[in-house]
Amino acid sequence: MLRIQCPYCGERDHDEFSYFGDATKVYPPLGAEHHDAWVEAVYQRDNPKGEHLEFWQHTLACRRWLVVRRNTVSHDILDVMPARERPLS
Amino acid sequence: MSAPLDTGGVNRVPTGGRIDRAQPVTLTHDGKTLGGFVGDTAAATLLAHDIHLVARSFKYHRPRGIMAAGVEEPNALLTVGSGARQEPNIAATALELHFGLHTRSQNAWPSVRFDLMAVNSLLSPFFVAGFYYKTFMGPTRKAWMFYEHFIRKAAGLGVATTQADPERYDWQHGFTDVLVIGSGPAGLSAALGAAQAGLDVTLVEQDFELGGALLAQPVDSASSQWLNHMLAALRATGRVQTLTRATAFGLYDGNTVGVAERTAPGRADAKLGAPRQRLHILRAGHVVMACGALERPLVFAGNDTPGVMLAGAVGSYVNRFAVRPGRQAVFAVNNDAAYGDAMALARAGAKVCIADLRPTVDPVMLGQAQAVGIEVLTATAVAAASGGQRVRSCSMVPFDLALGKATGAVFTRDVDLVAMSGGWTPSVHLSSHRGIKPRYRDDLGAFVPGGFDAGHAGAGAMVGCQDLAQAIGSGWGAAQEAAVRRGMALATEMPNAPLGADLSMAFATCGPIAAAKAKGKAFVDFQNDVTVDDIDLAHREGYRAVEHLKRYTTLGMGTDQGKTSNLNALAIMAARRSLGMDVVGTTTFRPPYTPVTIGTLAGRSVRSHLAPVRRTAMHDWHMAHGGDMMEAGNWKRPLWYHGHGETLSQAYKAEMVFVRTQVGIADVSTLGKIDVQGPDAAEFLNRVYVNGFAKLPIGKARYGFMLREDGIVMDDGTTSRIGETAFFMTTTTAQAARVMSHLEFLLQVVWPDLRVTVASVSDQWAAMSMAGPKSREVLMAAFPGVDFSTEALPHMGLRDVVLDGALAGISVRIIRLTFSGELAYEVYTPTHFGLRIWEHLLECGKPWELRPYGLEALGSLRIEKGHVVGSEMDGRTTLGDMGMGRMASTVKPFWGGALMRSENLIRDDRPTLVGLEAVDAKEPPNNGAILFFSTDAIQGHGRGHVTSTTFSPTLGKAIALGLLQGGTRHIGQEVIAASPVHGRQYRLRVVDPCFLDPAGERYRV
Repeated sequence: MLRIQCPYCGERDHDEFSYFGDATKVYPPLGAEHHDAWVEAVYQRDNPKGEHLEFWQHTLACRRWLVVRRNTVSHDILDVMPARERPLS
Repeated sequence: MSAPLDTGGVNRVPTGGRIDRAQPVTLTHDGKTLGGFVGDTAAATLLAHDIHLVARSFKYHRPRGIMAAGVEEPNALLTVGSGARQEPNIAATALELHFGLHTRSQNAWPSVRFDLMAVNSLLSPFFVAGFYYKTFMGPTRKAWMFYEHFIRKAAGLGVATTQADPERYDWQHGFTDVLVIGSGPAGLSAALGAAQAGLDVTLVEQDFELGGALLAQPVDSASSQWLNHMLAALRATGRVQTLTRATAFGLYDGNTVGVAERTAPGRADAKLGAPRQRLHILRAGHVVMACGALERPLVFAGNDTPGVMLAGAVGSYVNRFAVRPGRQAVFAVNNDAAYGDAMALARAGAKVCIADLRPTVDPVMLGQAQAVGIEVLTATAVAAASGGQRVRSCSMVPFDLALGKATGAVFTRDVDLVAMSGGWTPSVHLSSHRGIKPRYRDDLGAFVPGGFDAGHAGAGAMVGCQDLAQAIGSGWGAAQEAAVRRGMALATEMPNAPLGADLSMAFATCGPIAAAKAKGKAFVDFQNDVTVDDIDLAHREGYRAVEHLKRYTTLGMGTDQGKTSNLNALAIMAARRSLGMDVVGTTTFRPPYTPVTIGTLAGRSVRSHLAPVRRTAMHDWHMAHGGDMMEAGNWKRPLWYHGHGETLSQAYKAEMVFVRTQVGIADVSTLGKIDVQGPDAAEFLNRVYVNGFAKLPIGKARYGFMLREDGIVMDDGTTSRIGETAFFMTTTTAQAARVMSHLEFLLQVVWPDLRVTVASVSDQWAAMSMAGPKSREVLMAAFPGVDFSTEALPHMGLRDVVLDGALAGISVRIIRLTFSGELAYEVYTPTHFGLRIWEHLLECGKPWELRPYGLEALGSLRIEKGHVVGSEMDGRTTLGDMGMGRMASTVKPFWGGALMRSENLIRDDRPTLVGLEAVDAKEPPNNGAILFFSTDAIQGHGRGHVTSTTFSPTLGKAIALGLLQGGTRHIGQEVIAASPVHGRQYRLRVVDPCFLDPAGERYRV
């Protein structure tokens, strides 16, 4: 049972949240002229062994999108932040 | 009966033990009544009555007896109870004796004494490891289909009930500062230390008594007194919650431990709400694992004979249960700890001989053993035990451990008991559950936990402690660690080990194998009937890695998870490969530590509580008026109404007819509804939908599609403009939650600068669809103040009204749109008025024979019009696939637009939407049937598939929608719809997906 510290609600069980994957992706502007950048954002993933920045939405409580820094090997959660504060590469 | 009830059996020692002789209880085993006492296990009672033979082995059906005294028992699995409460494969050694306990042997017919399946033993040369794999290959592969039936009937041990479980199971979520697993000396020490430091402690023990290894000490010993003292001290802190009969079966992420607690026997009562078992999901600040160690057997021929037991178990039966399992015993050992067990048995009146593999033995211990009449033979190995249904003799041989071979002639002793001890193995299961592999310690000849994460600690024998003082110290150290992590310090001095305590844990200092060759099977894994020969075979055939060894031989795969077999098997394989144990490694330990009843994991989420039930405001009305309810996700929706036909097939057609000729009303409250508001709401919707919404006039609705980021269609819906900055969005029922998360993602992550709020209002609005040529008349009668003329409320128009008169104050939102292709209106009202408005409409609709119609008719009407739903928008299809490519705006960008025209999504050979009508059949083709051109061979992937099917009463034929390569280019041609699973094929003709009124004249009136 992962325990996630929601910045708005406090520490909760992971099953209050929905997982949405890689949070390092940056979406290009809308428009077909950015096709290649969209391919990069939608399909390319690093899949790191170790620290992973990922989206979780607190769907059963505050509905906020969060970014969690989790170690994919040990499952330790190192950091939780509101999604708009996520570090962008 | 072998003895009067009150003496508790012929092998019962008259004094001592922890049993309560003031409370006799009987065990009924295989129909025989046996006298025992509270505090016994079923195994103790059986042994007290000299019953060793209780089972037949898995593969060979060899006679098997009780080997251990705890959960590691591989042989003595019994079936408990009967009927709906029957439970197979329960270890007799962990089964608490209680009033009314009935047990039965299993896996034997007609009895354990005379088992016809023992014929398997004769075929044993064929049943070696890899039997199925080798036998049913090549020309005999098809034979598997024939033999499988018989093999499956013969496989397995006990038989499970097929009746529903009448018992109740609870879940309990818990939080605790320090969770201590195991109540042996290390666990008690850790619990006391932490509690006295001011931390809240939960102590979990799988046995029904606290004490762990201390329970196997004589009741009048110094260690027993120490145990009582510790238990009193724990109670005195007032901060220790104790759970007995509670197995910590898994260590999970987030310092969470799963504990399965069994209610005391006789206390479970579903009628009173008392659960049979309780699942604790415990979240701990700190977890201390004091899981102890398990004893290893020795490997010699016939080591599975009833009457061959683990030495520690013998000691436990004598000291804890006052049972002497035999009168003439040989102890086969390679360590010091077993001497204590041998001496306990000797003091209970048995004649004991110790065959010690080691060349020399501690002289003090030797003297003590000899003082109680034990004959000690050093440098001696047991070669074989023999006896069939009870061990009768034991062959031994002088053995040189260094050379690894016999140095003399075999000699035999008459015995009725052989006790074997290959040393003790730390129980590393829990600490390995999160992937930390155990590491090998040469000095212990065993694996210990490979490490601990922050917030976890180990203590006692589990981490290699060898005596009581070390165990107490390590438990205390773990408490210290927990306290320090919380910024606290231990309050008191560590408790002293009791003087004269003789509890010691001996880890093997040499290999567990007595390699003296003898004829007969030498077992490594008793439960799965895996012998030394099987391991040798695996090695010869190349299955040498531990993971291969395990799966090829099935060792360690029984309900005992190899607790008594893993290490011996690894040692044998390591020896064959001439590698160190540290190199060979172990397989992966996974939860649960011991079997957990599925009912406990399900808790109360069973039957109707498996998932939440969502009901609309009109649910009770549907139930009362013949609605045949079906599940759409968590929702209950009426599929059809019983008054409209005797069967579904009749009813939906009748409902379709009266919608197309008169008027019908359907409950569509389950649709997703989302409130979208803000200065940038219009811009937001423009980006979300493929078509334009920014210029949607107030009071108008528009049908739109949204795409996923990869250009595939996500959902369709109708969004209406309520005001300059306010919109009302609807989605499909199935995608409502997903669309909501999607919108929130876009607003919070991608475009946080847009000033828009979204709120789910799906449950807040009830919705009904009034459809049919008479729908306008009905609404005019129901809402007389509203102008329903086509000028005032055109197609895709919206009107919000507040009613007056008898329904004064009730808001109603009316959107004129159609799913069926008839003139139709969706009527929304707040949920708590849903039923009133529904009934009001039905009342007003009487002159036009307004009737309700169900989901089947609703779905079929839209097929006639070629409207797409989830079957077409299945997560693989694009707008273009559904013939809606022109809906996508060319002037404004939208989500998914960039990848919508990816190479693969605009290929010419993609299956696209077509209508299909049956050429000759009256019934529609199966949904999902694969489409082929008439010139194709019916094989392979085909040209597309059928997505929606129905029978059209208006057209008088079976029709369908499908996705076909080339799509509407093939209009007029015949195709085949093949359903190999059903063994059917249909001839269909390709037509336009809109079967009825393509110009829309019926709804534009």
